[in-house]
Amino acid sequence: MAKTTSPLRHARRALTGLLVLLIAGFALNGVGVLVAPGNDFATKSEAFFPKLGLDLVGGTQIILQAQTETGRPPTGDQLSQSVAIIRQRAAAGGSPDAQISTSGTSNIVVSLPGTPSQATINSVRESARMDFRPVLVTGAAPTASAGSQQGAYTPPASLAATPSVSPTSGSDLNQVTPYLQDLYLNYRCDADQQNGNGNAPADRPLVTCSDDGSAKYLLGPVEVPGTSISNATSGIATTSTGATTGQWVVNLSFNGTGTRQFAAISERLVALTGAQNQFAIVLDGRVISAPTMNAAITDGRAQISGNFTETSAKQLADQLKFGALPIQFAVQSQQSISATLGSSQLTAGLIAGLIGLILVFGYALFQYRVLGFVILASLGISAVLTFIVLDFLSWRQGYRLSLAGVTGIIVSIGITADSFIVYFERIRDELREGRGLEGAVETGWRRARRTVLASDAVNLLAAGVLYVLAIGDVRGFALTLGLSTIIDVVVVVLFSHPVLQILARRPFFADGHRLSGLDPNALGAVYRGRGQFRAPALAGGGRAQRSTGEAQRRQTIAERKAAEQQSRSTGKDDR
Amino acid sequence: MAGLTQFGNDLYTGVKSIDFIKRRRLWYLISGLAVIVSVVLPTLVLPSVGRGFQFGIEFTGGSEFTVSGSSRYADDELAKQAVQSVTGPSVEPLIARVGQTGVRIQTSQLDPTGGATTNSDRVAEALATAYGVPYPGDDERGVSSSFIGPTWGADISGSAIRGLVIFLVLVAVVMAVYFRTWKMSVAGLIALFHDLIITAGVYGIIGFEITPAAVIGFLTILGYSLYDTVVVFDKIRENTSSMGEHPSRTFSETVNLAVNQTLVRSINTSIVGLLPIASILFIGTTLLGAGTLRDISLALFIGIIVGTYSTVFIAAPLYVDLRSTEPRVKALDRRALEARAHA
Repeated sequence: MAKTTSPLRHARRALTGLLVLLIAGFALNGVGVLVAPGNDFATKSEAFFPKLGLDLVGGTQIILQAQTETGRPPTGDQLSQSVAIIRQRAAAGGSPDAQISTSGTSNIVVSLPGTPSQATINSVRESARMDFRPVLVTGAAPTASAGSQQGAYTPPASLAATPSVSPTSGSDLNQVTPYLQDLYLNYRCDADQQNGNGNAPADRPLVTCSDDGSAKYLLGPVEVPGTSISNATSGIATTSTGATTGQWVVNLSFNGTGTRQFAAISERLVALTGAQNQFAIVLDGRVISAPTMNAAITDGRAQISGNFTETSAKQLADQLKFGALPIQFAVQSQQSISATLGSSQLTAGLIAGLIGLILVFGYALFQYRVLGFVILASLGISAVLTFIVLDFLSWRQGYRLSLAGVTGIIVSIGITADSFIVYFERIRDELREGRGLEGAVETGWRRARRTVLASDAVNLLAAGVLYVLAIGDVRGFALTLGLSTIIDVVVVVLFSHPVLQILARRPFFADGHRLSGLDPNALGAVYRGRGQFRAPALAGGGRAQRSTGEAQRRQTIAERKAAEQQSRSTGKDDR
Repeated sequence: MAGLTQFGNDLYTGVKSIDFIKRRRLWYLISGLAVIVSVVLPTLVLPSVGRGFQFGIEFTGGSEFTVSGSSRYADDELAKQAVQSVTGPSVEPLIARVGQTGVRIQTSQLDPTGGATTNSDRVAEALATAYGVPYPGDDERGVSSSFIGPTWGADISGSAIRGLVIFLVLVAVVMAVYFRTWKMSVAGLIALFHDLIITAGVYGIIGFEITPAAVIGFLTILGYSLYDTVVVFDKIRENTSSMGEHPSRTFSETVNLAVNQTLVRSINTSIVGLLPIASILFIGTTLLGAGTLRDISLALFIGIIVGTYSTVFIAAPLYVDLRSTEPRVKALDRRALEARAHA
C-alpha cells in the first residue's frame, strides 16, 4: 500500500461511514414517524422531533416517595406495580400522555402534561380508594363498536334522580331511579365514561365497569371501606380435614369495625338471589372482583374462591391489602409549570444556544481562520447526531428533553469544541517542529487522539455516575452531557480528522496560506521539509537575547531523538 | 490571532516561558487563602449577620408560585394578602420579579396538618383570584405552583454526595491506570476539591441561592475540572516520558515546559467553554430571571475559571512536588544540572 494514498483512503472511508450513520439514523427515526399514531400531517411531523419535558411545555410534575414501615427502599416489583397502577389512574383521569417513571430506589415521578384537572392530580397523588359495594344490577358490557362515540354519556336531566320510595338497605332496588336506569343502559366501558369514578361519592349508587371492561354494574353505596381490611393473603384452600383442594383462594380478614360491617352485608346478601347476591370489590372506581356471598360471615374472616391462578390470587390479595398501591406513597414535591413559562424557557434556551454557537464560531475564526469552518461543520454534525439520538430515545424510551437537558447540550458545545482545539494545537505543534502539513496532521492526530479519548473518558465517567445515581433534573442533564461526549468522539474520528486529512492535500492549506490557520511561518517552524533548515525564528533581538538560554535547552524532535539514541548507546557502553 | 499565535510559538519554542512551577509556593499561598476564605466566611462569619449559604426551597421545603400574564404584576401587596388569607399572618412570603411581568412568590413549609399540598393549592387559587389570572394557567396567563416536601432536598443532596464519592474513587483509578502513576490522580483530585470549595464559597459569600440546578452545575465542574487537568497532564506525561536518561532539563522544568506548551490550548478552551455558558447566564438572567438556566450556568462560569486556574497553578506544581522526592527523579535532575554546568 502506497503510503501517500493511505490517509486519503482512510479519510474517504470514514466520511462514507459517517454518511451511512446519518442516513441510517434518519431512516430509523423515519420508521418511528411512520408507526406513530395519528394520520394527519401535524401529528406525524410532531413525531419527528424529540418530545419536550414538562418544564418546556408546561404541566404538573409530582414526585412521590415510597413510605415503607422498615424505612428500607421498596422492591423493584412493588415500585413497577405502583407505576402501572398510577398510569391507569392518570389515563382514566384524562391524561393519557402522562409520563410515569421510577427514579432512584424509592421515588416515582409523575409528569402530567398540559393543564390536568385537580381531580386527576388528586387521583394520582392520593392513595387509592377501595370499597365494598353491594351489586344491584349487572350485565355484559356493550361491544366496542357501541363505545366509539366521544365523551361520557349523561342521561337527560328530565329523568328523576331521587328514589320515589326511600330505600331500606344498600341492596334495595328502589335505589335504581329512572336516571340511573338510563345511565346504566347507555353506559360504555371506555376511559371517557369512567372519568371521575375513582372519586365517586361513597353514599350514592355507582354505575361502573369491571377493570377488564367485560361487564358493567349498577352498585349500591359503600358498605365496607377498604380501610376495614386488616389483612389479605393468597393460598391454596384446604378442606375442614386439612386436605388441600388445589384451588387458589384469597383469604380476607377484617378489623373490629370491618367485621361488624361485613357481617351485616353478608347476612343480607346471602338471602338474596341473582345479581343482588354479589358484592363488588371496587378499586379506583372499577370493579376488580364481584364474588357471590355463599354464607353469612360473622367472624371477620372471608375466603374468596373462583377461577384464580397463583398470580391472579396474589394480585387480588395485594390489591385488597394495600388499597391500590402495593406500598404507601407521600408527595415529595409537586410542581406546576404554566405553558407560558415553559415556552419562554425553551425560547431562552434556544437563543442562548444560538448565541453561544455564534460566539464560539467567531472565536474559532479569529483563532484558527478558515479552520474555524471545520469546527463549525463539526459542531453542526454533532448537533444533527444529537438530534437523531434524542429523537430515537424519545421514540423508544419515552425520553423527554428538559431544560436541564438543553443546558447540558449547550455546555457540551464548549467541550466538543475543545477536542478540536486540542487537535489543532497538536497539529500546530507538529508544524512548529518542522513537519509538512500531511505529516503534521497524522502525527498530531495520533497524539491528540490519546488526549481526547482520555479526557472524554473522564467526562463520560462523570456523566455516567450522575445518570445512574442522581434523581430528577440531574439525570436529564447527565444524559445529554454523556451523549454529547460520545458524539464528540464519533465526530472527531469520523469527520474532523478525515476532513483535515483531505484539506491537508489542498494547496491552500498545504502551502500554509496566511488565512488557513496553519501557516508554518506564522507558527515559527524551525525547519521545513527534508533537511531544509531555516534560521530559528528569533525575531525580536532583545527578547531573543534574554531567552537564548531557554531556547537552547529546547530541541526539535530530530535533535531529541538523536540525543536519546546517543544516551541509549552510551548506556550500553557503560555496561 | 497573530498575538496569541505568536505567544503560542514563543511558549512552544521557549522564547517565552512562564515559571508556573518555580513560584508554586506563591500559588499555594493564594489558593490556600482562597480556600480558607471560602470555607470560613460563609460558614462562620456571614451567618452571624444573617447571610452565608442560601438554600432554595428545594432544600428547605416550601411552596413556590409563579404568576404570569397579569397586568397587576407590580403590586407586591396583592401577593402578600393572598398568601396570608390562607396561611394567616405568620407566613411572610418572599416576592420577586421574574422576566418582564412575572411574579415569583415563595413561602415556607405550609401547615401540613391540613395537608401541605392542599394548602399549597389554596394559596395558588387565592393568588389567581388576586391577580386575575386562571389556575392552573393556560397558554398565556396563569399561576404555576410548586410544592416541595421537607425531605426532598435531603434526597437530592444525598444522591449527589453519593455520586460525588463514587465518581472520585472511579476517576482516581482511571487516571492512575491511564497515566500509570497515582500521583497524577492525587494532584488532579486536590485541584478538583480546590475548585469545588472555591465555587461553593463564592456562592456562600455572595449569597446566591443554592438550588438543584446549581448542584447540577457543581457536579459538572467535577467533569470539567478533571477534563482540563487530564489534557494538560497528558502533555506532561508525554514530555516527561521522553526525558531520557540524560535530560537537558530538570523534571520541574520539563513539567513547566509542558504547561507552557498547552497554555494557549488552556486559554482557548476556557474561552470557548465560557462563551456558551456566558450566553446562557446572560439570557437566563435577563430574559427569565432566576431559574434553572441561570443557576446551572453561574456555577459553571465560576467553576470553569477556577478549574483552568487550578490545572495550571495547582495541579501541575503539586505533581512536581509529589514526584520530586523520588530517587529516579532526583537522579535525573542532578544529571540535567550537571550537564548544564559543563556546557
